[in-house]
Parts: sequence; C-alpha cells; structure tokens
Amino acid sequence: MSVLGDAAAKAKGAAQQVMKKAIEVAPDSWMPGGRPDPLIRRQHGHVGQPVSRLDGRVKVRGEARFAAEVPMANLTYAALAYSTIPKGRMTGIETAAAEAAPGVVLVMTHRNMPRLNPPPLFMTASKAAAGDDIPVMQDDRVYWNGQPIALVLAETQEQAEHAASLVTVTYNEESAVTSLAAGKAQGTEPGSFQGEPLKIDIGDAEAALAAAPHKVDVAYETPRHNHNAIEPHAATLAWDGDNLVVHDCSQGVAHVAWSMAQVFGLKEDQVRIHSPFVGGGFGGKTMWSYQVLGAAAAKLSGRPVRIALSREGVYRSVGGRTLTEQRVALGAQADGAFDAIIHTGTVAMTAHNALPEPFIVATRSAYAAGTFKLDVEYATLDMIANTFMRAPGEAVGTFALECAIDELAVALDMDPIALRLRNEPEKDPTSGTPFSSRNIVEAYRAGAERFGWAGRRAPGQRREGDWLVGMGCATGTYPYYRMGGGAARITLHSDGRALVGIAAHEMGMGTATASTQVAADRLGLAMDQVTFAYGDSALPGEVLAGGSQQTASIGASVMAAHQRLVGELLKLAGNDSPLAGLKPDEVESADAGLRCVAAPDRFESYASILGRAQRDEVTVVAEAPPPLEMQHWSMHSYSAMFCEVRVNAVTGETRVSRVLGSFDCGRILNPKTARSQFRGGIIMGIGLALMEETQFDERKGRIMNPSLGEYLVPVHADLPVIDVIWNDIPDPHAPMGAHGIGEIGITGTAAAVANAVYNATGKRIRDLPITLDKLM
Amino acid sequence: MAIEINGSQVPVPDDPRVSLLDLLRESLHLTGTKKGCNQGACGACTVLVDGERIVSCLALAVQYEGRSITTIEGLSDGDALHPLQQAFIDHDGFQCGYCTPGQICSAIGMAAELRRGLPSHVTGDLTAERVPFSRVELQERMSGNLCCCGAHNGIIDAITETFGEVAA
Repeated sequence: MSVLGDAAAKAKGAAQQVMKKAIEVAPDSWMPGGRPDPLIRRQHGHVGQPVSRLDGRVKVRGEARFAAEVPMANLTYAALAYSTIPKGRMTGIETAAAEAAPGVVLVMTHRNMPRLNPPPLFMTASKAAAGDDIPVMQDDRVYWNGQPIALVLAETQEQAEHAASLVTVTYNEESAVTSLAAGKAQGTEPGSFQGEPLKIDIGDAEAALAAAPHKVDVAYETPRHNHNAIEPHAATLAWDGDNLVVHDCSQGVAHVAWSMAQVFGLKEDQVRIHSPFVGGGFGGKTMWSYQVLGAAAAKLSGRPVRIALSREGVYRSVGGRTLTEQRVALGAQADGAFDAIIHTGTVAMTAHNALPEPFIVATRSAYAAGTFKLDVEYATLDMIANTFMRAPGEAVGTFALECAIDELAVALDMDPIALRLRNEPEKDPTSGTPFSSRNIVEAYRAGAERFGWAGRRAPGQRREGDWLVGMGCATGTYPYYRMGGGAARITLHSDGRALVGIAAHEMGMGTATASTQVAADRLGLAMDQVTFAYGDSALPGEVLAGGSQQTASIGASVMAAHQRLVGELLKLAGNDSPLAGLKPDEVESADAGLRCVAAPDRFESYASILGRAQRDEVTVVAEAPPPLEMQHWSMHSYSAMFCEVRVNAVTGETRVSRVLGSFDCGRILNPKTARSQFRGGIIMGIGLALMEETQFDERKGRIMNPSLGEYLVPVHADLPVIDVIWNDIPDPHAPMGAHGIGEIGITGTAAAVANAVYNATGKRIRDLPITLDKLM
Repeated sequence: MAIEINGSQVPVPDDPRVSLLDLLRESLHLTGTKKGCNQGACGACTVLVDGERIVSCLALAVQYEGRSITTIEGLSDGDALHPLQQAFIDHDGFQCGYCTPGQICSAIGMAAELRRGLPSHVTGDLTAERVPFSRVELQERMSGNLCCCGAHNGIIDAITETFGEVAA
C-alpha cells in the first residue's frame, strides 16, 4: 500500500474508532433498543405460541416449487465440465464432439462467453453476494481444481450431460499451493473480519501463561466442511430483453440481484430474483458461478435455461468451510481464575475471497481473564474459495476453546461447569461494553439439573458391557447480529387485512411463520389477517438470511414500518376520531385498530379510520435504524450443551446417547420451529464432532469425496432424542426481545461431544472428526 | 408401453437414459419428488412402486412399464392430507421441506415392510414372525433418507404416531 493510501486507511480507521467509542458511551436511550420493544411486555399474543409452519401443507404435499422446478416454455438444460488441475492455463478445449452431439443447443467456454465484470465479493459492498471475485469463464486461467470450464446447453438434461462429458481440455499446469503446510511455508497474513483485525492483545498473555500456577497449552485441528444443503444449487432463468428473471435458491435475493446486475452491467431493477423456497442453505446459498453461467448461456442461446448443479457440481463450484489449526492456552490460579487466554492459529484461504474463518469471535466475549492474546492468521492456497458455513468461526472456535477449558478443569481437578462459572465476566472482557442480556449461569443450572450432571464419574469409570459411557459439557455462544439495510412495506386494507413485504428468506428456519406471528402482534391483527411476503428481490430491504440476523432485521424493519403506519393512520383519523390529538408514541395497535396507551377506551378500528378517510388501503415503507445496538452492548446468544456418549471399547465406535441444549437466546418467538432450529444446529454439531469432513487431495487440490455417499452426515440411526430447553428471558435491547437461534446450536456441541468422549475413555481427541481409528 | 403414475397412464420415454426421477420432474412436472444427489445416497427421490419404496434416481423409467408408481402427489385424497403428511406438520418433521416427500414416501414403504415382518440390521430375532415396533427400528429403517436441516426427531415422532399401531 502506498504511503498516501496507508495514511488514508489510518485516518479512516481512526475515524471509525472515534465513532465506535461515541456509540459505546452514548446514552442507552439514543440506541435502537434503548427503549424496550413494546411487544416484549405483551404476553398473550401470537408470539410465543407453537404455531405449525404456514408453508407446511404445500411442503408435505410436494407442491412447494423449488428453483429447479419452475416450468418455462422452450427450456434448455445446462451441464458443466470442470477443470482437473488446480492451477494453470488451458491450452486447448476440444468442443466439436459436444457441439455435434444430439440435442445440443450451445457449448460455452471462455472463447464465446460474453465479456462480463467480475462478481462482487461478499462483504465488499452492502449487497455484494459472490463467494469469490474471479471473473466467471472470462479467460483460459484455472484457479482451482474443479473450476467450471465449459457449459453445455441441450434440449434435455441427459443430452447436456452426455455432451459435457465429450469436452476435452489440455492444460499447461503451473505449480500450485494445495496444502496448509505449503501455504504456511510461504508465510501467513493476519486475518480481518467485518472490517476489524482478528487480533487482540490485552496485557502480556504469554508472560501471564508462563507465570500461571496451572495451565494447558494445546493444539486442535478441524477439517474442511461442506454445507450439504439437501437441495443442490439450481436456477431456472430467462431474459426478457435486457431484463433477467432468475428463480434461484437464495439466502440473499436483494444481494444476488444487485450482484448479478454488476456482473452483467445492468441496473439493479433489471434483475429479479425469486426464491420462495430454499432447500437448506447454511451459508452456501449466496452467489456462485452457476447463476452467472446460466444467465450468460441464456443470453447466448436466446432461450430460458435450467442450471441444476449435480451434487458433485456443488462440491466443485460452491465453497465450504475451511480447515483450521488452533492453539488454545489457558493459565489459571488454583481457584480457576483465568490469568491468560491465548487462542491463535492459522486457516486456509484463497487470494480471491476474504473469509479467514474467524475462530476467535466467541473467545472475545466468553470469559473474564487477566490477559488475552487472540490471533487468526491465514495462508493462501490454490483451492475453491472457502466461505461462510453455519457459525463461521464459532462452530470450530468453540470446539477448541471449550475442549481446552475441559482439559484445564482436569488439570485443576475442578468441575468444568464450576470452572466456567468462576470466570463469568461482568462485562465484555475484550470490548468493555456491557452485556445486553447474559444468563448463561441460569442456563447451566437448569441444564445440569435436567441432564443429571451430578451423576458424572471420573474418566473411564463407567462401563456397560463393551461400552464406555461418559458425559461432557460445553458453552455455546454466537453473536447477536443485525445488519444494516433492513426495510419493510406494510399495506393495510380497509377490511383489516395486512400485507407485510420484505426481501427476506425461508430456508426452513420458520421465518415465514414466526414473522407472521410477530407482524400480527405488531399490528394487533389475527394471524389469518396477515400475509407475509418474502423471497423476491422486488420487495424492500437488504435482509440476508445469514449471521442468525434475519429475525432481528425483519423485526426492526417491521417495527419501523409500523411506526410510520401509525403516523399515517393518525393523520387519516383526523379530528373526528377518538384518537384525535394523540401522537404516534401515545398509541398502540390492538384489536385491529389503534388505541391510546394511557386510556385504552380511546380506540378506533383500522376499518373505521380508513372508511372515514374514504381509503381502500394505506401503504408505508420504512427502513430499520442502523444497528448501533450491536456496538453499544455486547449481545450474544448462549447455550449450555450437555452430551452423553457411548464409546465401544473394542471397535472405538462413538454413539451419542443423550444430548441436552439449555439455551439463553432471549424470547423464543415460536417454540415449535425454534426447537427444530436448535436441534438442527446440534445435529450439525454432532456431525462436526464425529463424521463430517471434506477430504482434500493435498497433491492436486481436489475434493475427494464430492458425494453424499462419501461425505458422511448424521442419519436417523445416529441421533438420539435431542432435548432442548430455554429460559425465555427477553433481551430488553433486541427487537421482540429475541436473539438469533439459527447458528447457536452448532456452537459448543462438538466440544461437548469431545469432552464426553474424554470422560468415557480418558482419551483426548483434538482433531476432528472423532473417528473410531483415533480411539482404538 | 405405459407406466401408471398416481393412477394415470403415462407413456414410457423414448430415451432409455431417462431416470424415473427425471421423467417425473421434467416430463410430467411432478416436482414433489426431489433430486438431492442423483446417486441413490440421500433418499430425497423415494417413490413407491407397487407399494415398495425405491430411489427413483437409480431407476430407469423404461424398466417400469406396467408398474404402478405412487409419488407424494398421489398420497393426498383431494384436499385431505394422508395422516402421515398431517403428522409431519404436527411434529415439525421438516424445516426446508426438500427431503420431506422422500421421507414420507419412504416411511409408508417402510411401514409395509414392518407389517410383512421383514427384519432389519437392528432386529434382535431374525426368525420372529413379527418385528417389534421401536424407535430404534424406525431410525435404522429410515436412515437411507438424509435430512440436512436436522428434523430427524420430528420425522420419527410423526412416523411413530401414524404407524405405531403396526406393532399391535
């Protein structure tokens, strides 16, 4: 970086620091959430009810149309060919056989691909959605093993796949860095995440560790992972002149619309993304090459295109979680008080993305300690870009941290829960900001009692036949996020129906249902009077379904739109209304109308207000305020995870026999769908602990198990009934009092399993997954 | 040359490469049957052939001439849901809903296997006339149907409620 650029960056950084400090010290009342959301104190509405999914009926009948299922006339089908080298140049592509194959409409390579702009890399702009910034099929360069290098369009999928198999390529292969060891040998760089360095030093942690009377200093490893959403990525798309319509499976419809517009040199509103159903996402369903390739092929052929990636194609062209090598060192006094927390390590990344798996994020706020040394470094590899996967950073970071705490508890001969509670911080230990709501002690108390933690024995002391039985626990934690740009539209009709529209997503989290419950309570309507529209980029708002932030973003957006609606209704009500003279903050919605908070008999129904004003409907759009609450308070979801395993003394096989998650995540909006979210996260955590691994050939940089037959995920037979409890204590500073629940379940779980394996066997397995060979 | 699909006669496709799954999804627009891996590893494409469950991605359509196929679209009686479909809603036996049709078809085929007394890997007595109905039996027999959202508990609860009487 130039001296000038360096100075500018420093000035910008300094300005950010001043702003950050100002937000921290500002009065609570200036913050979003400074006044508790009025919905928190309402106890008898729809919020908190175990409502069954509103989209359940269409899903169990097979009527939910996913992206690859949208019918279009004159449709063509795409198939891809992928590179077989990790780095180099293509010296020739032979496409004649493919072009001559029956049914083929188009063979597209870098030679005839339209010239396009590079995809905007995720987090480089508010709506940037791409997993990497490599120009898609623009030249003869190969950046990773598995990169799409040719696309065939044909009249049927069978014809397209056959023709794609006939494409042959010659390469001039270049030396590639395809192992973390080789990447580290070339030097590592300090990572940063969300604009902040992943490096914190408070005091001299190494000296404090050296001086501490009790300590552990251990290394942990986690492998690559893939999301494995059961629906492979797919799009059905068509051009209408210069306008592009994409039926996609997307976690960010507004983001993909904007990003596709950048790639094709269009205005944002020329791209429309529809995504009403998404067959799982977990961070993987943003923007990858398939949308660009499909749209380019449709442009060249003049026909609509269905591009449905094969399962192997997902592994080849959509990134997953990267591998990590972590060091956790803890120094403590005899009573367990931490003198030092050191959590450092290295992850693999590429030159074309920007996610150094931030495994220290949870550690920043988890425990009090005299000193801290936190650091994420990354090595640069020639591989498919790694990306966000459920609890990026926290899932693997809490594995290392929470296992190390268990190891220290053994060294101290202390109960691991007591050790954790001994180091419970009063305020955020690294930022110094107050916690908005932290009830982890209560979660542990309730969880330990229900799980029967008191019955835990010393390691290796409980054997039932061939099975060694053990218990473990761990803390799970995931930040509360609310991203900027949330917005909502509310249309209130004179018959009392309301349409709430927001460019949000339903990938199975229960968003459609919970958001309808919240909107109904916000508007004082019955649920069947409220329609929640989502999954369409033409709706207002940039609301990523990621970072467990969607519910908070929707909540704040609908709150803002509701405030504007109340203002509009009071204007329409005029002087003849019982509400005459009241200001918006003096009224609330109830019983399909507005009433004065201080004098509830001053009420007028929506129908009456609109009728007198001779209006059929009123529509408002409003943006949520910037998410300053995240910097003013330290806000997180928490869990106390408990696990019991049975490890076969002969074969080393580990079976999870009992799991309990005790959650502290603010108010639970829908217990039925929330329980499924918690369980889903925990099950992915069990997979992380025991079986999940994207196997990577370090000689050729190629994923070796790109199928659901070879990449193991937990199946029915692997899973006990997963017990889930929560304390339902609302966070006064969060919309609805709620925290995100989508990612918390996977955090802490792998450590709870590993700690249980230790308790069963006396063996510490520090590299995931804990397969039987490591226990034999 | 026809296949019976949900009671309708459908011509066998000309292209012998067409899988039963692709015939359903692309030719007949019966998209309730899902493609999760196209390799027989995930179970999302499970349909019933003369009452037996198969993964339709590994079935060539031409092999099913004269056979009777039931897909998720063929389970409801008009607007009335099959009891298992309702149980999936009641027990929240899905999140994204993509594996759901396969889980439901698979469970119906599995219940028939239980009724016939077919043993599984976890059945204790392989010679017994009846297989005891248990959670472990259901979990074993449903393990060919992956669910990546983690709705497994709700799925087994829904199947137990619907087919628990199989044991009686």
